[in-house]
Amino acid sequence: MSALRTVIARDLMLAVRAGGGAALALAFFAAVATLVPLGIGPDLKLLARIAAGVLWVAAVLAALLSLDRLFQADFEDGSLDLMALAPLSLEALAFAKIVAHWLSTGLPLTVIGALLAVAYGLPAAATGTLVLALLIGTPAVSAIGGIGAALTLSIRRGGLILPFIVLPLVAPVVIFGAGAVAAVLDGLQSGALLFLAAFSLLAVALAPFAAAAGVRLNLGA
Amino acid sequence: MLQLGNPRRFLDVTGKLLPWLAAATAVLFAVGLWLALNVPPDYQQGDSVRIMFLHVPAAWVAMMAYGLMAFAGATALVGRHPLADIALKTAAPLGAVFTALGLVTGSLWGRPMWGAFWVWDGRLTSFLLLLFLYLGIIALGNAIEDEVRAARAAAVLAIVGAVNLPIIHFSVQWWTTLHQGASILRQGGPAIAPVFLWPLAIMALAYTALFMTLWIVRIRTTILERKAAVLVATGRA
Repeated sequence: MSALRTVIARDLMLAVRAGGGAALALAFFAAVATLVPLGIGPDLKLLARIAAGVLWVAAVLAALLSLDRLFQADFEDGSLDLMALAPLSLEALAFAKIVAHWLSTGLPLTVIGALLAVAYGLPAAATGTLVLALLIGTPAVSAIGGIGAALTLSIRRGGLILPFIVLPLVAPVVIFGAGAVAAVLDGLQSGALLFLAAFSLLAVALAPFAAAAGVRLNLGA
Repeated sequence: MLQLGNPRRFLDVTGKLLPWLAAATAVLFAVGLWLALNVPPDYQQGDSVRIMFLHVPAAWVAMMAYGLMAFAGATALVGRHPLADIALKTAAPLGAVFTALGLVTGSLWGRPMWGAFWVWDGRLTSFLLLLFLYLGIIALGNAIEDEVRAARAAAVLAIVGAVNLPIIHFSVQWWTTLHQGASILRQGGPAIAPVFLWPLAIMALAYTALFMTLWIVRIRTTILERKAAVLVATGRA
């Protein structure tokens, strides 16, 4: 347990202090969300209607683009080999790294997402739902993205292949996450948040095993 | 089945089987296409109904191919078997082609029937995502240089996709749907006239036989390529 906490703390510190870390993903998210109104026009009615979809897509992209270094940096300097030798299992290591990624990316994305939702003119109730959906759904993006990061860790310049293989897999997150907000806007009852929570739990529970398998095959064990 | 795992035995057995399988494919396609062109036009869809005989089996085989590929992936990971690696790697492009064929024929049918080549409907979108998944598996397999690692990485992705595909399918279904529901395998029997059912069944067999033929040819070619590479590397050729 303390080893788990150590890995999480180490990865968080690296994400915060090293250049090109978590802050860049947040800036990317804000930049994409700013470009969309520039392309579509400042009509707040239209923007409120598409806010949930745009913010979800931007958040998923920002999270995925920051994932490619999740295992790669440790792989390149050899620390991943040492971690594999440590008593902490690779599954637990993968889980810790996914948690650290979510804390440094998913959680701040949710906060900035709330600000951007207001800027998009989303009504208060819908904004609350969007924040809740981001809070529930982003762990699934970190978890499934972690599988992709583990599988692609030995590929140099594999920057685009990771989002490409992961995007189809996280489609349910975008569907349920944006669907929950759309239901609130339309004044409908919907089980989207429950589906999202179920998917997120499933992803977080199973992904560490697949990610560990990915690390293991790349270490050539 | 287990004995077939030996590449040499695989070459022997499939070498004898392949001409028959290829001949069966040709006959099934000839009969199926003749029937498909000679059924009476549908009372609503007119002649466009004939597209169904090309479209539905392609979609079926695309899904079957994913199942077989994921099974090969599981075998490759658990059994560490080189033949399973090859089976997975060679099935992915075939599956992608059948998926693309299903999408293209579907969009050609959609234009006269729905008035649009593409609609953002549940079935269509989940099939497009299936195509991306296939392409992702191919891309991942190609991006990793080491053959064994590439095959195992592709196997993990194929299995993750197999777990996730039903969820993607139902989530997109829940999202919105315009495509007709299941009409062959459903409670209360097929909701399709027998005159259309027969050519559809034969075309389904033809597509399956075509997939199997191409898959076996690709596996054989890869085995022979690797043998040749080993011969060159050891200076015996």
